[in-house]
Amino acid sequence: MELDKIEDNRLKLGKANQIVFAETLERLAANDKAIVVVTSDSRGSGKLVPFGEKYPQQIVEVGIAEQNLVGVSAGLASAGKKTFAVSPACFLSARALEQIKNDVAYSNNPVVLVGISAGVSYGALGTTHHSLHDFAALRAINNITIIAPADNFETEQVVLNAVNFGSPLYIRLGKKNMPSLNEENKNFEIGKGRIVKEGNDLTIIATGETVYPAWLAAQKLEDQDGLRAKVVSMHTIKPLDIRLLDELGEEGKPILTVEEHMVHGGLGEACASYLLQNGFNNPFSLIGIPDEYTVTGSQLEIFNHYGISGEGIYAKCKKMLLPTQ
Amino acid sequence: MIMTDKELKLKSVILRRNLLKYIYKAKAGHTGGSLSCIDILNVLYNSVLNVDPKDFGNPNRDRYIQSKGHCVEALFATLADRGFFPESDLETLCAYRSHYIGHPTKKVHGVEQNTGALGHGLPICVGEAIAAKLDNKSHRIFTLLGDGELPEGSNWEAFLAASHYKLDNLYAILDNNKQQITGANNEVMNTDSIREKLESFGWAVKEVDGHNVAELQDVLDNGPFETGKPNFIIAHTVKGKGVSYMEGVLKWHHGVPSEEQYAMAQQELREAEALI
Repeated sequence: MELDKIEDNRLKLGKANQIVFAETLERLAANDKAIVVVTSDSRGSGKLVPFGEKYPQQIVEVGIAEQNLVGVSAGLASAGKKTFAVSPACFLSARALEQIKNDVAYSNNPVVLVGISAGVSYGALGTTHHSLHDFAALRAINNITIIAPADNFETEQVVLNAVNFGSPLYIRLGKKNMPSLNEENKNFEIGKGRIVKEGNDLTIIATGETVYPAWLAAQKLEDQDGLRAKVVSMHTIKPLDIRLLDELGEEGKPILTVEEHMVHGGLGEACASYLLQNGFNNPFSLIGIPDEYTVTGSQLEIFNHYGISGEGIYAKCKKMLLPTQ
Repeated sequence: MIMTDKELKLKSVILRRNLLKYIYKAKAGHTGGSLSCIDILNVLYNSVLNVDPKDFGNPNRDRYIQSKGHCVEALFATLADRGFFPESDLETLCAYRSHYIGHPTKKVHGVEQNTGALGHGLPICVGEAIAAKLDNKSHRIFTLLGDGELPEGSNWEAFLAASHYKLDNLYAILDNNKQQITGANNEVMNTDSIREKLESFGWAVKEVDGHNVAELQDVLDNGPFETGKPNFIIAHTVKGKGVSYMEGVLKWHHGVPSEEQYAMAQQELREAEALI
């Protein structure tokens, strides 16, 4: 599987989600002077150079100082600015975790934290630059919504919703060009999973950049095996769409979760915890990065290594549906 | 509301008596540090800050964010006295389900930000000060730092940013009581020559006797010290100030007086009041 190429001509390749984020925000900032972007020497990777050139009064640079990035953002938000703190997800969600917990979440300052180049987007730059902990770390903090949009449509919708969201928000973005998934489904609501492919043999719940390989796997199941997998983009990790989980639980079909995150504390464990506590005993499995020294390589190679690929997810689905094979 | 020098001095004694009362009742609190910063808070809230309990949401109010959040008893005593909430509320200090916990929280009327973890107040103030500059507003932003929290790296990130953005609307007051829980600051982690350090970071620095209300009022209400530079005030203070057996004695960092000690402290403060 090659993330930058369309393997399935039914999909149309779009832009990187973080480019869509920057373009959408730039568009909004033209008519909303309360929007302020705060960067930590990260405007280049955040694709915010044009924003900065166009709206120099709406960008605050703090240098490479993530703790200050979040603290300053909290102050700006408290003063009424619609504040977007943009920094690589790895640093934002670890180095500045106490500022997120106290200055943003606990003090309820409505900062939009934007974690860019998230997950293993940085590939061979290694573990220092990977964020495989951010869902887990932030899920354990009260008063923050966590979102990982799958494609350009979802990303644009998240940004449109984020501007006036009014409470702490974390948006996790990757830097690979993403195909549009199910362009017919224009329903987007924070906190509601978005079904990008219908099916009734099993469900794949994925998030962020892993929704695309989940879709590929579902398509292959359909094309080669005549099996229909439902694919859910669970863009909102917290609060989790428990109504949708209730429905999936009621259906009684196998559920597989996929995420670009360590297997601990992310989407998979969140879904499993809810299902188990509510009496559902669907066959359940999760795919993520295991708790080990992460294999080195590009994002694609890391994905393939751990089965976060069309092929890997397909194989896992087959195993869940036909365990004896 | 501007108080005379005499009124401020009397108020300082009353606030000391009150905060000791809350700590004694709760059997918890940061006694020494609250006593070292209470004159600063008194001057701020009774003579400097443009804040109104009845109009606290006014976007043009001056901001005060207490970075040394553990000395919340001084803040609560001052806010209660200024009419932000009934003094009787503080009978619940640190009690089950009370909003009056051991650190500042916005659940309490008059508190700007939840603090308590150290090294957080200043960066938030930098954000508030940048926002005020962007909007051409003239209100001021004050924070109170403990000297023990200076080693927190986030403070130094914020010192840089405040200077970079020429935040002369920002006032950082250092409660320089020279002690922290383990011992003397300069033995735990030496932060001496703080004036030179801050000046080299581009701040305008003034030093005051942090227990002299007239001096505090003069310095805090007459900024900026230099146009285009953030303001740093080194307030030389004494931990436990006002209670003779507590002054400079480390165990009162978060020591709670016994019944006898409490009576002695109140007696001393009553005598001090009579002399003003």
